[in-house]
Amino acid sequence: MSGTLGRRRFLGYVLAAPTLVAVAGPGPTAAAQLPSPEITEILDLNDLMTVAALPTANLIAVEVNPDGTVSFALPRAEVGQGITTSTAMLIAEEMDVPLERVRVTLAGARPELVFNQLTGGSNTTIATYTPVRVAAAIARRRLLDAAASRLGSPPRELTLTAGVVSDRRGGSVAIGALATAAAATRTEPVSVRLRPREQFTVIGTPRNRIDALAAVTGRKKFAMDLDVGDAKPTMVCRPPTINGAVGSVTNLAQVRALPGVTDVAVISTGVAVRAETFGQCIDAVRALRVSWKPGTVEGTSDDTVLRRLRAAELPIGLPPPTPTVEGRFTFYFRSNSALEPNCAIADVRADRAEVWSALKSPIVAQQSIAAKLRLPLSRVTVHVTEGGGSFGRKLFFDAALEAAEASKAMGKPVKLMWHRADDSRQGRTHPMCTSRVRASYLGDTVLGYHQRHTSVTTDLGHGLGEIITATAARLPVGDIGFAGTFFQLSQTMSYDFGVSTRLLSETGRGFNTGSMRNVYSPDVTCARELIVDQLAARMGKDPYEFRRDFLRDDRSRAVLERAAEAGGWGRTMPEGTAQGIAFHAEYKAVSAALVEIDCRPETVGRPVRDGVAGPRVTRVVFAVDVGLAVNPRGLEAQMLGCISDGIALALTSSLHLRDGHFLEASWDNYFYTRQWNIPPEVRIIVVPSTSEEPGGAGELGVAASMAAVACAYGRATGTMPTSFPINHQTLSFEPKPTVPPVPESPVDGLDHAR
Amino acid sequence: MPEHTFRVNGEQVTVDVEGDVRLLWVLRDLLGITGPKYGCGINVCKACTSHLNGAAVNPCAIPVENLRPTDEVTTIEGLADTVDAELHPMQQAWLDHDVAQCGYCQPGQIMAAVALVRRVAAEGRPVTDADLDGLRNICRCGTYSRIRDAIRTGAGNM
Ligand code: FES
Ligand code: FES
Repeated sequence: MSGTLGRRRFLGYVLAAPTLVAVAGPGPTAAAQLPSPEITEILDLNDLMTVAALPTANLIAVEVNPDGTVSFALPRAEVGQGITTSTAMLIAEEMDVPLERVRVTLAGARPELVFNQLTGGSNTTIATYTPVRVAAAIARRRLLDAAASRLGSPPRELTLTAGVVSDRRGGSVAIGALATAAAATRTEPVSVRLRPREQFTVIGTPRNRIDALAAVTGRKKFAMDLDVGDAKPTMVCRPPTINGAVGSVTNLAQVRALPGVTDVAVISTGVAVRAETFGQCIDAVRALRVSWKPGTVEGTSDDTVLRRLRAAELPIGLPPPTPTVEGRFTFYFRSNSALEPNCAIADVRADRAEVWSALKSPIVAQQSIAAKLRLPLSRVTVHVTEGGGSFGRKLFFDAALEAAEASKAMGKPVKLMWHRADDSRQGRTHPMCTSRVRASYLGDTVLGYHQRHTSVTTDLGHGLGEIITATAARLPVGDIGFAGTFFQLSQTMSYDFGVSTRLLSETGRGFNTGSMRNVYSPDVTCARELIVDQLAARMGKDPYEFRRDFLRDDRSRAVLERAAEAGGWGRTMPEGTAQGIAFHAEYKAVSAALVEIDCRPETVGRPVRDGVAGPRVTRVVFAVDVGLAVNPRGLEAQMLGCISDGIALALTSSLHLRDGHFLEASWDNYFYTRQWNIPPEVRIIVVPSTSEEPGGAGELGVAASMAAVACAYGRATGTMPTSFPINHQTLSFEPKPTVPPVPESPVDGLDHAR
Repeated sequence: MPEHTFRVNGEQVTVDVEGDVRLLWVLRDLLGITGPKYGCGINVCKACTSHLNGAAVNPCAIPVENLRPTDEVTTIEGLADTVDAELHPMQQAWLDHDVAQCGYCQPGQIMAAVALVRRVAAEGRPVTDADLDGLRNICRCGTYSRIRDAIRTGAGNM
């Protein structure tokens, strides 16, 4: 919704219910929100997702309870991004109740919400910002009306503070005592104005997470921590190559007789084992003797994929007569594994099923599970649990589907978890891709910028694809499919670079892919920013000043300037170390990163046991403007995570594809950023914004961070890096066997007590 | 089945299970103590870090038969009981710095941090950058910088 809606009236309803329940009315009609011309400037992926969610915004309710708490079942997944906290803040703001009395839970799958229950595209706050506040404002108004009759004072003489309504004569009543009186016996329309920004006391102030205490005491419950009836530990013995299938099993009876094992069943992804403990599942998985049918990418390696990408690249045209800067960049497969592996609980009976999992697209999950089990949708209940990280992984529901299948095959409830090795080798990956760039210039002018991004197909079949398909017919992009639409909508050309084109082509199926804290932007932006550095060098300009001169608007320039100033851009640094700077805009937000890196041999070669040392990022200054930052402390946390990701993508983390399988099977193989890679100095600057509308943040910071690290590395070493991560060509570990598929559990833990 | 007796969070427990089952599963699957998390099962990610007689260990790599009846296992759930307060100073530091994102790694991070601070205190020195670099716990949400800040705060109050 646009900023001009600020003080207009919003319509909503109080629902017929025993206690006060308020919902926002239908938003402005979707059609009015879709602009038609010039796609890049006025419409992005977030507009599209917000528009898709609008028609059902009135189905999410704020409820006041007799104990004075306010509850709200958020139809999104909390996987660490802090949306339960920011949503509670919106409610606390509009209702004048203390933050700690707002209870935000995660709604189970609600098919009636259609497109309004997908967590992705950093869109949660953008899409729910207004509807949640409208519902809260309606609840507040009803409470004041009820208090007026209780206290015998007119509503205008009442104040609501910290959950208590007071009148001018010293009378007061707590909102909990009004919950029933304020309820409606039949659904009634109510209209409200929202609190103007200058009166905010909660929104825009830094708050700690509402689930922090549960997290630090071990009380926060993830799917595998739930105690669900007889759901016992279950793991799957998986094929040695990607998506292989079971041929035959020679020792089923023997494995069934192993200690603790209760069931063994062949399912579509392997052989499922259920036991009293996960430890006994691991032993049983290792004991299984299975002959496997080939996988879906048998015999394929990094080089094969690279050749296919090269062949699928769309033409970039004949070189122009003017001077050009060109680059070709390769980005290897990367794992979007969270620390909590894929997991789900399923209890499938003859006539119904119940599933618990951290799901960002629970409606699609429910539909797929119902289809797989041949049950009517209404007989499948899907509970959304708190997730231990996502990074794109939890848009899919691989474990939930598998748990349902295993539970059905065994006729018993299962608590199914992937081993880390499974998660790394068979789990989803960010697809390998290449980006070819050509920029032409003359004198001080950039005449054209062209980018051809070629990627192994990204699986978007988790609901986002459906949203785009349903809405794309109304977009001025022609018939480019939803991946092409997604690409166009998520990318933007922020520099004044003359004629600019960007095209995506996809090739190759058979891999288990997905987004990874964004789909295209980190790679596309990294390639672009490296070329920007080259252009600056050709024109004899400083990389920072060049960017400042060519950025199109003041808001973009402001974040760049903040990062450069706060980071002391241009300070002299020892040889082998350097600064790099990069810019990225997306999700209605702008961001800039300044990075300092140390590539001196003594740093690169510093000893690290079972890990990759490599160049050390020594400092990051990150400036971000997301518009209205609902919770600046939460926003900083997201940028911090994005910086860790950006460092990993540029320097250390990738999967190596060899003969149809990935070599990585452990966190000591897949080198996500560790403490020894972390910059000792990180500063995040949330640039104050006058905007009335929030932007997205969950994925925003990765692109600028990755690009700035790459640019700094290029300047420190004097060579522009073209292959990412930079250490991919060196295999820094001894690959684990693929049969059995999971490593043995160690026994020497006591020797390492420290 | 053999019985194994040891202490967890101040209480004596006896479990009836094969001796080679690793402590992590005894805690989580049999005793319902779910604070220690699974992240790898091979003593790499450190998500399961707990204390054995005050030192950091990884229960995913300890067969339960290795424990003696007097051995005291402390998980995140029992950490606060080792001090005279609602929360251990390290937990409080974690709150003060708003460290947790998804929170999955944080029980292990906090247990590793407490053991680190005790270790360097025993060596009579402050926590250094090199000590922090040496922590192997994965945080896939990338909260590392706040973890470093929180450890320094927590160390000051331990
Ligand atoms: S699960 Fe114990 S160290 Fe990873
Ligand atoms: S907070 Fe999510 S893994 Fe550390």
